[in-house]
Amino acid sequence: MLKGKMGKSLKCEVCHEAATVHLTQIIDNHIQKVDLCEKCAKEKGVTDPSGFSLADLLAKPHIFTEASHQKLVCDRCGFSPSDFKRLGHLGCPDCYGNFREIIDPILSNMHMGTEHRGKVPSRAIQQVSLRERMDGMKQNLEQAIEAERYEDAARYRDEIKQLGEDTKTKSDN
Amino acid sequence: MESIRSLLEAKAELTHGSNSTRAIVLSTRVRLARNLAQYPFPEWAKESQRREILASCLEAVKALPQMNEGNEFLVENLSDLEKQILMERHLISREMMQSKKSAGVVISGDQSCAIMLNEEDHLRIQIVRSGYKLKEIWKSINAIDNAIEATIDYAFVPELGYLTACPTNVGTGMRASAMLHLPGLVLANQMEKVVRAVNKLGIAVRGLFGEGSDASGSIFQISNQQTLGESEEEILKRLISVLDSIIEQEENARQKILETDPTKFFDKIGRAYGILSHGHLLSSAEVMNLLSLMRLAVDLSLLPEENRKLIDRALIESQPGHVQFAAHEKIDPAKRDKFRARYLREHFAGLPALNFEDLMN
Repeated sequence: MLKGKMGKSLKCEVCHEAATVHLTQIIDNHIQKVDLCEKCAKEKGVTDPSGFSLADLLAKPHIFTEASHQKLVCDRCGFSPSDFKRLGHLGCPDCYGNFREIIDPILSNMHMGTEHRGKVPSRAIQQVSLRERMDGMKQNLEQAIEAERYEDAARYRDEIKQLGEDTKTKSDN
Repeated sequence: MESIRSLLEAKAELTHGSNSTRAIVLSTRVRLARNLAQYPFPEWAKESQRREILASCLEAVKALPQMNEGNEFLVENLSDLEKQILMERHLISREMMQSKKSAGVVISGDQSCAIMLNEEDHLRIQIVRSGYKLKEIWKSINAIDNAIEATIDYAFVPELGYLTACPTNVGTGMRASAMLHLPGLVLANQMEKVVRAVNKLGIAVRGLFGEGSDASGSIFQISNQQTLGESEEEILKRLISVLDSIIEQEENARQKILETDPTKFFDKIGRAYGILSHGHLLSSAEVMNLLSLMRLAVDLSLLPEENRKLIDRALIESQPGHVQFAAHEKIDPAKRDKFRARYLREHFAGLPALNFEDLMN
């Protein structure tokens, strides 16, 4: 979810020092990212070391420029960025993925890091690894079909079917 | 009203659990915010969805062995007074008092564990213990969380951890806190400095009833702010190191006052004792400050240790909701002050005289 930010270090768009503040604005329905160093961010008034609350962040209009006029909505629960601004919290778990352009900069301002390092529920580990295996197999299948390796494709198809059934019996239990 | 009566008459962790080890720490608490993967967060969920969420959470929570002797309360079935009493006992949040329908709480028999359903998140699991027991609490709450997770599919993604309604709780979903009694730092006018230093370390300082409440009785709630980017153990370690340093500063502040101006200290404590045992009109704010000084009297051995329990219980039972409940009727604030003063006179009449001798020599 937060990949890309961790990779190469970004440069401040004002002074070209290493950027540590990453803002996302939505202007005319386009998501626009701004990377700033701490000094320039302070000068532009986008960071406020004393104010830590989400309310303060949300109150800053430039983070949510025109948010209420753009069409971004969560495809699962219908929540929109303007609802977020109004309520201060999100609509459903999927909102995190659907609004990551808005939420990621908020998280990096708010927390000690941007990646979870704590407890992982054992059920989630199982589900995630199953999902990853399934994704990998589907990718193999697509590649096999594309390369016209139909014997391999048939084998992958059977494996995917089997894994799907295994998962189903497991969750039924 | 009958439903809540048994809860008030039972021995509860916060009213009967007090002990003298590190008396500066009144109580410690850990709460975990958890949500079901397949539903919108409570505020955004439709009423029919809230009912389904409540039903599946209730089933999972009531199956916990910790809740064998527990009580469940639905917000829509509680009177305003009952809600206030639960809030004063830290068993529901202020937010929950204003909650929509299909919200509730399950409280363990000893009232150390309370699980709120459909508050800001689907599940808010909390354990409170009197004294300084963060690590033990984390162990117990982790076990409860595992047991619930065995039957409920939590909203969780590996990158961001547990997904919560508010991004301030995402990650571990854990808020750990300690209620500290800091009369020394307050009297020495050092609290502001402490708050500023602690905030810089990502630790929040609030009043007795959390966000927006004042710190009457020199009681402060100290908690972690961040929930993402660190493991639960790292968060606890950081919080504990800050708590240890505040406790040390409080001890130093008390020592310094005793060395430089003990009479000021003794005068305040003596007056508090006099007012509590002989007053006839006492507001809850005044009582908080007086009881705070009595707690200090026990810390300084001016009163025997065995009286600490009475004082800690009075801190809760002098709150407006508790006073009204004890009076068996809804009474206006003036009558409440009279009733409260009588309760305190009765309880403090039997206390031994303050023993200043050892400290004055």
